[in-house]
Amino acid sequence: MKFRYEVSGEDMSLAGKASGEVKRALGRLGVSPAAIKRTAVCMYEAEMNMVIHGGGGVAEAELSPDRIVVTLRDSGPGIPDLELAMQEGYSTAPEWIREMGFGAGMGLPNMKRNSDELRIDSAPGSGTTVTIMVRFDPNEGPGA
Amino acid sequence: MNGASFHSVTLDPAKCKACTTCLRFCPTEAIRVRKGRAHIADERCVDCGECIRVCPNNAKKAVSDPLSAIEPFAVRVALPAPTLYGQFDERFSVDRILCGLLELGFTDVFEVAEAAELVSDAAAAWMARAGDGGPWLSSACPAVVKLLQVRFPSLLDRLAPIMSPMEAAARLVKERLYPGRDDVGVFFISPCAGKVTVSRYPQGLFESAVDGVIAIKDIYLPLRAALPGVTERPMRRATARGVAWAHIDGESDALAVPRAISVSGIADVIGVFEALENGKMKDVAFIEALACPAGCVGGPLTVENPYIARARIRSMEHRSAAALEPRFRAEELELSLEREVSARAGLALAPDMLKAMLLLEETELIAESLPGLDCGSCGAPSCRAFAEDVAKGDAVITDCIFKLRENLRKLGEELIGMEGPPPEQGAGR
Ligand SMILES: Nc1ncnc2c1ncn2[C@@H]1O[C@H](COP(=O)(O)OP(=O)(O)OP(=O)(O)O)[C@@H](O)[C@H]1O
Ligand SMILES: [Mg+2]
Repeated sequence: MKFRYEVSGEDMSLAGKASGEVKRALGRLGVSPAAIKRTAVCMYEAEMNMVIHGGGGVAEAELSPDRIVVTLRDSGPGIPDLELAMQEGYSTAPEWIREMGFGAGMGLPNMKRNSDELRIDSAPGSGTTVTIMVRFDPNEGPGA
Repeated sequence: MNGASFHSVTLDPAKCKACTTCLRFCPTEAIRVRKGRAHIADERCVDCGECIRVCPNNAKKAVSDPLSAIEPFAVRVALPAPTLYGQFDERFSVDRILCGLLELGFTDVFEVAEAAELVSDAAAAWMARAGDGGPWLSSACPAVVKLLQVRFPSLLDRLAPIMSPMEAAARLVKERLYPGRDDVGVFFISPCAGKVTVSRYPQGLFESAVDGVIAIKDIYLPLRAALPGVTERPMRRATARGVAWAHIDGESDALAVPRAISVSGIADVIGVFEALENGKMKDVAFIEALACPAGCVGGPLTVENPYIARARIRSMEHRSAAALEPRFRAEELELSLEREVSARAGLALAPDMLKAMLLLEETELIAESLPGLDCGSCGAPSCRAFAEDVAKGDAVITDCIFKLRENLRKLGEELIGMEGPPPEQGAGR
């Protein structure tokens, strides 16, 4: 099944709402806590990036019994050097974002670490599409 | 699962007017109003007492033990929560309050605040050994621990595995002060509904050493009546550090961990846990989360306003007695939890994921057709929760008054259609 959310690029107070809803849905499905947590971290970071760097966009979550695939699409400035952006500590976030506790340059590396697959399609001027896959490992028991 | 079927928080059906006030305050959407009264789902209830606090008809109550429960024991030990001290004004010292408990039939008192100091030491030592992997969560508040089990199971492995001051106090009494005896009854004097539940079904322990839990509000009047006539003598053992556990910040200060967050009130606790689950708060070492406003002083079984009680306790802390030589040392005691605190599947739509997925899909379809006003008239806390109930078969769509009106209008149109010239293909449609 599919969920679709519009993510505002204007209202910072709404950021994190889409990932919150997906988290709730995963809880209703009885997905293992560890998988919920990994999905939450990935989608939250991606949603934040979409708001902070990408000017907002659309997030879609496709749920199946063994996995979740989240696709986040924005039409922002794009990422010129993906390899650089993936490095821990690399950030172009402005000062006011850093004051809010973001901009450590840890979002993408965290997404990489917590997902089973991460794909980023981006080019300057043509926006960014982030695709995250998290597998629901049946061996991941509660509290794992 | 153990303890799922007993809860301190219960409903008095005779008083419930089915007003739906409680619905939207329940942090786990555990309440439904059906057939003229509220129902609390055991597997979801975390005993936070929010519904007790907001019920305009006093229909929600916490089951606890009466004072007479102490009678069968030869040795009757009161374990007053430090919150008790804030229920009385400055005329009544802690020594006097403790002596007052002895007037009511207890043969001994042991301050939970004294145990809180030992628990603080044990938790601080545990965190120092655990190193950087935090933030670690306090396991002192039973409602918060249950909230983690039901709503944030992925955070359970962050619980600092140290028992609560209540449990530590009860064990010290039984194992150290009265070892080897079976006629000792230990009674917690409680601001908290959740403590009643965990004294029967403990969290992370095989058995509780607490024999009963007496509500502060039940002991208040007899104690207040006894206090003026009490002969006061030096009693207290605990210092400000333990007494401060009665209110928010007290535990963090006692642990003296740098980079601690303290949060009270269930809604704010949820906000912090959501952020933590999203991977924020990497630079936080410890989270003191208490379900009640301002901490235990805001417990549903208290009498005094939480902020007044906190102010009193804080002024007590400032003119605290000189510390006695402590009679116990944390490193010589076993204060660790004995077993894992595990997740509870209270929020899943079905035990089987495929089935749950079908129900979730149906929920989405139903939710789209609802007005989204979260008015509560259907007896569910939100349109989405109602959609889940309908999908699961626990409610019917016409419990929604908007849906009912829509159906009636359609029916009315059909009836009017029937009154006119007979339609070409038979009546009705
Ligand atoms: N959707 C996007 N659109 C444009 N640029 C992006 C996008 N996502 C990431 N970037 C670029 O990649 C950099 C690294 O992203 P990353 O999420 O790792 O760190 P950050 O967002 O700067 O800080 P943090 O995530 O730790 O708060 C960003 O600073 C930004 O330059
Ligand atoms: Mg980021």
